[in-house]
Amino acid sequence: MKTNDVILQTTTKLVFFIIFLFSIHIFFAGHYTPGGGFVGGLLTTGAIVLLLLAFDLKTVQKALPFNFTIVTGIGLLLALGTAAGSIFFNVPFFTHAFDDFTLPLFGTTSLHTAMIFDAGVYLVVVGAAVTMIQTIGGDA
Amino acid sequence: MTTFIWVCLILVILSIVGLLYRVYRGPSVPDRLVALDAIGVMLISAIALLSILFDTGFFMEVILLIAIMSFIGTVSFSKFIEKGEIIERDRTS
Repeated sequence: MKTNDVILQTTTKLVFFIIFLFSIHIFFAGHYTPGGGFVGGLLTTGAIVLLLLAFDLKTVQKALPFNFTIVTGIGLLLALGTAAGSIFFNVPFFTHAFDDFTLPLFGTTSLHTAMIFDAGVYLVVVGAAVTMIQTIGGDA
Repeated sequence: MTTFIWVCLILVILSIVGLLYRVYRGPSVPDRLVALDAIGVMLISAIALLSILFDTGFFMEVILLIAIMSFIGTVSFSKFIEKGEIIERDRTS
């Protein structure tokens, strides 16, 4: 059965980037306002699910050539590495450090090591959720 | 003004109850799908009214998030109704 999906595919090509940018925004907003790595990862997964709905598994695998189990591993390494790095400075596990830096474009910003941990959580959520959805949807 | 917004909020919640009845007892699957989509819209309007009541802007991201998730859910449900298969392996065949 051949169906016409022009509207869905054209909308997806635009909306994918809107959802992805919003997920990045909500990831960076997560330190002081609602948001964070988990919600950002789930939104990115939603964007990839929209691609999978409008196209098929083969096309998406060609467009995003990642092995998402390895993405999960990188995320776990990042999160646990940030948490374990505090041991070397004689402070308790999971202690995070922050300081104010003057960046050329953003002005004075406070950078936290908790952000690296949050990036790890983001990668773990994206990898695990996309792997689940590809595994469930793959056996047609 | 506050009374007006409370009345609107109560009306929106009543319409969510009516839509839940339609989801429970929709004669066909498309009825339930349209009702679920409308529940998403009603949730968005309820959160917008709450954000006016609490005088805060923190709920705007929640509104955008519910809108995106509701859109993806509606698209996947309608694809399931039309094709019976949500994620295809190869579309060319």
